[in-house]
Amino acid sequence: MSIFTTLKLALRALWRNKVRSSLTMLGIVFGIGAVIAMVAGGQGAQQAVKDVFQGLGTNVLILTNGSQRSFGAAGGAGSRQSLTWDDMKALESGEISSIKWVAPMLQARAQVASEDANWSTSIVGTTAVWFQIRNWRADKGAEFDAETGDSNARVAVIGKTVATQLYGTGNPIGQAIRIAGQPFEIIGVLTSKGQGPMGDYDDTVIIPVKSYMQKIEKGLAKYIKGQVLISMTQDDLAERAMSEITALLRDRHKLDASDDDDFRIRNPAEFAQAQQDSTQRIATLLAIVAAVSLFVGGIGVMNIMLVSVIERTREIGIRMAVGAKPIDVMTQFLVESLVLAAVGGLLGLALGAGAAKYMAGYFGWKFFFPATTAAIAFLVAGGVGVVFGLYPAIRASRLDPITALRYET
Amino acid sequence: MAALIEMRGIERTYVMGDNLVHALRGVDLTIDAGSSIAIMGTSGSGKSTMMNIMGCLDQPTRGNYLLNGKDVARLSRSQLADVRGRMIGFVFQSFNLLSRTTALENVEMPLMYQGLPGRERHRRALRALEQVGLAERADHHPNQLSGGQQQRVAIARALVGEAPVIMADEPTGNLDSRTSYEVMAILQGLVAQGKTVILVTHESDIAAYASRVVTLRDGLVIDDRRQTPVKAEVAA
Repeated sequence: MSIFTTLKLALRALWRNKVRSSLTMLGIVFGIGAVIAMVAGGQGAQQAVKDVFQGLGTNVLILTNGSQRSFGAAGGAGSRQSLTWDDMKALESGEISSIKWVAPMLQARAQVASEDANWSTSIVGTTAVWFQIRNWRADKGAEFDAETGDSNARVAVIGKTVATQLYGTGNPIGQAIRIAGQPFEIIGVLTSKGQGPMGDYDDTVIIPVKSYMQKIEKGLAKYIKGQVLISMTQDDLAERAMSEITALLRDRHKLDASDDDDFRIRNPAEFAQAQQDSTQRIATLLAIVAAVSLFVGGIGVMNIMLVSVIERTREIGIRMAVGAKPIDVMTQFLVESLVLAAVGGLLGLALGAGAAKYMAGYFGWKFFFPATTAAIAFLVAGGVGVVFGLYPAIRASRLDPITALRYET
Repeated sequence: MAALIEMRGIERTYVMGDNLVHALRGVDLTIDAGSSIAIMGTSGSGKSTMMNIMGCLDQPTRGNYLLNGKDVARLSRSQLADVRGRMIGFVFQSFNLLSRTTALENVEMPLMYQGLPGRERHRRALRALEQVGLAERADHHPNQLSGGQQQRVAIARALVGEAPVIMADEPTGNLDSRTSYEVMAILQGLVAQGKTVILVTHESDIAAYASRVVTLRDGLVIDDRRQTPVKAEVAA
């Protein structure tokens, strides 16, 4: 019998029991839907985590002061003054070839004010390369250039949130802004980065590091009272750079082999990886649960097909009497369960994609339609149809035509 | 005339629980092509087993069955199905039409398994329905047809594959005498066209329409005689 005829027969048989077919299909619909939604959701969540850490700048190491230990009580990261501006110059010198850019990042909360509004925000004192490291550009105006960044110019680049708070919809470029009571001129507004792990990225004001030290810290110091961001020339150099920086700084700080480091180097990428791994684990777990529901859907198909075979015993007998071979009968039932599962799979795909889209909107993720997973899920649905349809189909094909013809419904 | 069916020493035993039931105990029978034959016997005589074996629905435990010169006693289930499709058309007492399926589609069914394309199936099924005078009921479902009409659809289904043998198992068992007469007239018409019609019945007035009557008892042929068949003529 031709595939086309078989397919037509299957569709007709399923159509004859519309309610039953749709209920059976529902098991597959939800199974596939759940798998798609969970995989798509998982990818969205992972991407969200990735994005958050990418906001910090990719390929960045964060160097901070070590912790002060006095009478056995550790003071916490940065409590010790050990990193000097000379240390930073040494890092910049090109001695360590894996280092591309080095930027200080001094940070403090301060009140900022325009003509008619004020706002408390995070003030960052840094140099021009900071914008490169963070991969953060001005949306309006410009970031400060290398010369301005190294000077004590009273210029500021502000984040979107600050711009909105102080100037509403107006143009802040060229406006005067008071930072901790000191007047600065706004030369740029940064593009929006959105929410990060530490809150709103855009709620910040960037000023040259010297101005920061003069006006916010009050007075120039030998030590760096903040972080140093270091970017590498290549993505995979973090490990090497970390050990080279450690060696250089230990040497400069004249530490003995038995001494602990008096500084810390963190690699946010590692942290991001750990976060991503845990998200991945949860996503996998959910996908497994979804797969179980698909399995249950498959059992539903098998159940209904078994009932269908029994109900149609006489039909099978008649078909066999007029020349249907066992393989014809088997194919007929197999195609029915395949169609059931495939149509259910398609609907499930739509449902899963819809659910994933909704989740993405709800949690603020990017919506991913996992094309590969969708294709696999669809094939799996077909596979479920075949696997769970096989037993009923074989049973049908093994019926004895004489017994089947005599079967009373 | 060439022998279409040749059975030699056919035995069929069933295992029923702990007992062996000998349904057929060595039947020899030769049927010529284009003849009509009635197989008679009371229930338990083995006539149903006989029909199942002749119709290739069942296989003998011992003996040879040559259908159109080919031994079909040892074929696989699949090969047997193929032989049924090509050689034998069945007509059952209870019609055995698929419900919720039109008369035309019921008639088309055997052709599906011969792999004929849809259009050809359609054409041939319609012609078979015309032969039994039901062309105008082609799109009716079995529950919209009378018993006699249903049996005529079943005959059309038996005819459509152009099988040389029509096996009719109590074809009039569920019909009143007037429609029985009509059905017998159609079957006789088929004999006239060269088909071999095998009637399985326990009613002697149905057997009277055949040109040969074979009687079975306890799994053996006890009587085999030829007769001039009663002619069933359809009242115009």
